[in-house]
Amino acid sequence: MSDLPTSIRPRIGPGFRLQWEPAQDCHVLLYPEGMVKLNGSAGQIMTRCDGERSIDAIVAELEAAFNASGLAPEVLSFVEIAGRQRWLVWE
Amino acid sequence: MSTIGPIETTAQRPGPPLWLLAELTYRCPLHCVFCYNPVDFANQTDELSTDDWLRVLREGRELGAVQCGLSGGEPLLRDDLEVIVAEARRLGYYTNLLTSGVGLTAERARALKAAGLDHVQLSFQDSTREMNDFLSHTKTFELKNRVAQIIKDQGWPMVMNVVLHRLNIDHIDRIIGMAAEFGAEYLELANTQYYSWAFQNRDALLPTRAQLQHAEAVADSWRAKLGERMRIFFVAPDYHEGKAKKCVNGWGSMFLTVAPDGTALPCHTAKMLPGLSFPNVRDHSVREIWFDSEGFNRYRGTGWMKEPCSSCEHREEDLGGCRCQAYLLAHDPTVADPVCVKSPHHGLVVEAVERAEAGVAVATEHPLVFRDPKNSRKLSAQSS
Repeated sequence: MSDLPTSIRPRIGPGFRLQWEPAQDCHVLLYPEGMVKLNGSAGQIMTRCDGERSIDAIVAELEAAFNASGLAPEVLSFVEIAGRQRWLVWE
Repeated sequence: MSTIGPIETTAQRPGPPLWLLAELTYRCPLHCVFCYNPVDFANQTDELSTDDWLRVLREGRELGAVQCGLSGGEPLLRDDLEVIVAEARRLGYYTNLLTSGVGLTAERARALKAAGLDHVQLSFQDSTREMNDFLSHTKTFELKNRVAQIIKDQGWPMVMNVVLHRLNIDHIDRIIGMAAEFGAEYLELANTQYYSWAFQNRDALLPTRAQLQHAEAVADSWRAKLGERMRIFFVAPDYHEGKAKKCVNGWGSMFLTVAPDGTALPCHTAKMLPGLSFPNVRDHSVREIWFDSEGFNRYRGTGWMKEPCSSCEHREEDLGGCRCQAYLLAHDPTVADPVCVKSPHHGLVVEAVERAEAGVAVATEHPLVFRDPKNSRKLSAQSS
């Protein structure tokens, strides 16, 4: 279980760019001379990481959008991994 | 021979060309002895127009290309670079400028930032003529330091790239230290690949095993020290590894290079290969080129292979290695890459490495051939 507080407001890290690629049918994260293909759930989380929404808000939105519950651990562990890779940053 | 036509193939339809490398010009203020531009670049002065480049960008993007490298030569010598960057960015490419930094003034940097440039890769192009400068912190250091600051001021992520060889590899500790001082996010320590100019100078540039081991150890200790602050990539030389590399991640699988004159290539050195013609973006769409040209289909996948590749358990991993290396060393682009221990021509690589170990290469006997127009014309005349 992650130790990250759910009040943080992650945003895409400097030098990275998130975009939808029709040719690959997925969201990708672009960075200097490289690319990460995101799976569906990672794409859904990252598109909401705009520096405005907190993790609490992102979880609530995803649970509403996908009629699911208990998504917090998955979101937190993704944000933690993405933070280590500098895909996401927060204060 | 026609370059475009239906190709009989049972192979899967290839994916999109994710990487579009636009070599905007072969003009360059530098004379690096390891340059991979063609040896006869001085005879290739024809360059695509701005409109041609914009069309190539659009067509590549329609196929799904996402990374756009703007390279050369020195791409800053194109005065339409800002226009090209702006269109690439507008189309949704991640735009990478690969530069020596010569010509990157604060004013130019601001214009490129405004055009949407995403990233700058700054190379230490030390060519031994500049080596003393470089190591003694004088002219080159000042230039790189100034350019690094200009890059930082624009908020770009900075990749520093250093091509390693026998003559600079022992200074790796200082090189990494400088990249860290400049605030690079990534440092690529790329051992020289022996094509084009580097092949001309191979005996002088091949390092010894001891040099390589030392360099890797130093890179490892810096990695431990810097952690996430600066990521260090060490690209091992294939001559010493006995293992072929999947060249450009597989021929025609991901990379599309467009040379200054519009020739489309699966890798930036492929034009040297005999018996194969490559299409020009002036005559064909990028879609036709990528999917239907003989140049891109010839060495796709594994169907073209001969023994020992065709029955090798590693054939999907390395795809037979590099076609240019097979041609340069074994004079046959259809054989296994001679860097592979299973290649019948591997002895040629072993011999070169052993010469490097013995220190046979003496600079006075084989002076370095600098990449400049005069040498280019001389070498072209010799080979024709």
